[in-house]
Amino acid sequence: MENKILRRKTAPKQVLKERYRLDQSKAPLLKALQRYKKMRMVSFDVPGHKKGPGNPELTEFLGSDCLAVDANSMKMLDNLIHPVSVIKEAEELAADAFGAEAAYFIVNGTSMAVQAMIMTVTRPGDSVILPRNVHRSAINALILAHAIPVYVDPGLDEELGIPLAMSVEKLSEAIAAHPEAKAVLINNPTYYGVCGHLKEMVKVAHKAGIKVLVDEAHGTHFYFSPELPVSAMAAGADMAAVSLHKTGGSLTQSSILLAGKGMKHDLGYIRMILNLSQTTSASYLLMSSLDISRRNLALRGEDTFHRLNEYAAYARGEINSIGGYNAFGKECCNGDDFYDFDLTKLSIHTRAMGLAGIEVYDILRDDYNIQIEFGDLGNILAILSMGDRPLAIERLIAALSEIKRLYGKGPEGLLASEYVEPEVMLSPADAFYSPSIQLPFKECEGRICTEFVMCYPPGIPILAPGELVTRKALDYIAYAKEKGSQMSGTEDIELKKLNVMAETRAEFAASDVAHQESNPELREEEARDWEESLREIEESRREEE
Amino acid sequence: MNFWFSEPHTKHVRFQVEVEKQMFSRETDYQRIDLYTSPEFGKVLVLDGSILLTEKDEFIYHEMIAHVPMAVHPNVRRVLIIGGGDGGTLREICRYPEIERIDLVEMNEVLVKVAQKYLPKMATGFSDPRLHLIIENGLRYVRSTSELYDLIIVDSSDPFGSNESLFTREFYGNCFKALNEGGILVNQHESPYYKQDARVVREIHRNTKAVFPINRIYQVHIPTYPSGHWLFGFISKQLDPIANLDAARWNARGLKTRYYNTELHVGCFALPNYVKKLLGDLGS
Repeated sequence: MENKILRRKTAPKQVLKERYRLDQSKAPLLKALQRYKKMRMVSFDVPGHKKGPGNPELTEFLGSDCLAVDANSMKMLDNLIHPVSVIKEAEELAADAFGAEAAYFIVNGTSMAVQAMIMTVTRPGDSVILPRNVHRSAINALILAHAIPVYVDPGLDEELGIPLAMSVEKLSEAIAAHPEAKAVLINNPTYYGVCGHLKEMVKVAHKAGIKVLVDEAHGTHFYFSPELPVSAMAAGADMAAVSLHKTGGSLTQSSILLAGKGMKHDLGYIRMILNLSQTTSASYLLMSSLDISRRNLALRGEDTFHRLNEYAAYARGEINSIGGYNAFGKECCNGDDFYDFDLTKLSIHTRAMGLAGIEVYDILRDDYNIQIEFGDLGNILAILSMGDRPLAIERLIAALSEIKRLYGKGPEGLLASEYVEPEVMLSPADAFYSPSIQLPFKECEGRICTEFVMCYPPGIPILAPGELVTRKALDYIAYAKEKGSQMSGTEDIELKKLNVMAETRAEFAASDVAHQESNPELREEEARDWEESLREIEESRREEE
Repeated sequence: MNFWFSEPHTKHVRFQVEVEKQMFSRETDYQRIDLYTSPEFGKVLVLDGSILLTEKDEFIYHEMIAHVPMAVHPNVRRVLIIGGGDGGTLREICRYPEIERIDLVEMNEVLVKVAQKYLPKMATGFSDPRLHLIIENGLRYVRSTSELYDLIIVDSSDPFGSNESLFTREFYGNCFKALNEGGILVNQHESPYYKQDARVVREIHRNTKAVFPINRIYQVHIPTYPSGHWLFGFISKQLDPIANLDAARWNARGLKTRYYNTELHVGCFALPNYVKKLLGDLGS
């Protein structure tokens, strides 16, 4: 395979003119920093390293060119908190490039962009519909926003053992059951590259007056290639958090928050929300990387991702011809919760040759010096992006073929993933901030969890703050642990104990009912519910004894 | 007036050769290729700024990479040369009439053309009817080939950039797969002298050891390579380079060589202590 990636083509001027409103060959922030560097200004401001000399070891490590532009906000460089010149221009160019109403540079990671989306459209106590396989940052955002989650079962591909996207039908059901919901949060794509029918979901949500927020942590490239799944802005979503650093080439931790047409009247409010938690010393290294990457994507993205798709197709073909591996692709699409697939995610099912994905992941790293994104019980994921060279792809394929030759066995059963329906007792925030105690797992049944228990696979939180610790959840955790699934999220690193509310469920129910005297309808209904589930728990205990 | 070609051997050491004129220069998809004439070394072929070979000393490299395994293996019929686009190794291999098939897999077609045009004495093997010239990435070739070889010679330049993949564990593993039971792999093993090169020697040794049971190192002296002290690897499934050497048989062939002989064959596997130490804690 030819080494074509180094010769990416810029789209013809006429095409760029038709596609964009602004001149995308500009990079105002880059230009301002170059000008600043040339001025050799004397600094009596922060940062204290004063363009390098204050920290020689760091300067030697990162390079003096890098330290020279690690500047503080100043007139000629604008200010991220209140952009009026070069940052404003750079953000406008980004909005134009991504087809958004407005774009906001983020230097605190995409997690913050996700938080900002939720905090923009909810007030404390509002509900948000979201699939259970959202990134942890989304549930963290619910804690910060004091919002209440309405979870939707994302569905599961039985054969591959991976969670899918939200289906339109399940979204409609959730909206019908929770008409009070203010927003829906959608992954586009999921970690594994699966996309739902985004356009239809937007339609359904908007019809019900619900805002659509999209976590596009892994979807930057969707905006620059017609060969890839539809992007949030193109689908008419209201906001999107786009990790430019993941597949767009900018520096780690830099990101962009996009606002769609539906947010036209809230653009200033979004900035206010961002300023609640974003740093007041935004890094110019991160921001310039956003500006430069946006320009590169707008000018050369289409050609870049076209080539990348070719590499991905080549890699899929070669890996599938090894035998034992299933580098799955669009053949899995079902028009619903596997509506579309991002082919640049090289997801490979490994169980047919008797190896767990996590085993292949470890062998690749330890024996072949190849680091891939992750391995779970049934799959590995190699992310292809704009930096990949054909030679590196050859290495990956060759190493996989070696692993098959050396370690391949017969097919092995898969951990049967099961959707454990969460029982949300109170908002993640209320649970998180309530007095809690640490108890051994088996003593936690019937209590209310105040932290996360994550489990890979299938990468879905089994428990989140505010949820009832059910027998089913505990059984699943035990089963997944036994199968070698990776667990994380608890304060106790050894995962023997769980943080739960100090109040038992009955105490909590009593105090909460008293607290909600003013709402007799809710009180009665909830009390009934609680009593019923308490009875169930009692019964199951008795059965056990 | 004098022109000097200069090659950094380390950050602090340079090797300079006076050159008369530059006969060829091109930035290809994989490498930059330059060719100079020089009063001391004749024609000098340069890849990405590093000397690949000179007319004057290329015989050392090519004789030692080809004749050592050929004097050990009792019956070589099929040979695979990975890299070797300059034709030097091929020229030596073509001297054995019992070989039936030679596959040469070179990624850079321009290199072959340059050798044929400017180094015709070295490139004689390209017209040999037993040769199959394949323009492809070496790793991809060994991974996907269903051929089985008696001898694989990895004749590539330094393991940086485009050649990196020819020094990896996945490459050697796929070579293992493409070798017969008695098969031998010989590779260019870099120099043990300068620190950054020595690290590479260790890395290559570790990778081949992870795949093959027999991993022996031998040394040669190449005046135009960094430090002049160079290593090759004799890597095989069964055959030992000294125990299985059939000196009488090789000498009976009556091949004329300028560097290689069967006494040197035994001697070149005796390594200086610092090289033993470099490889030592990895066992040998």
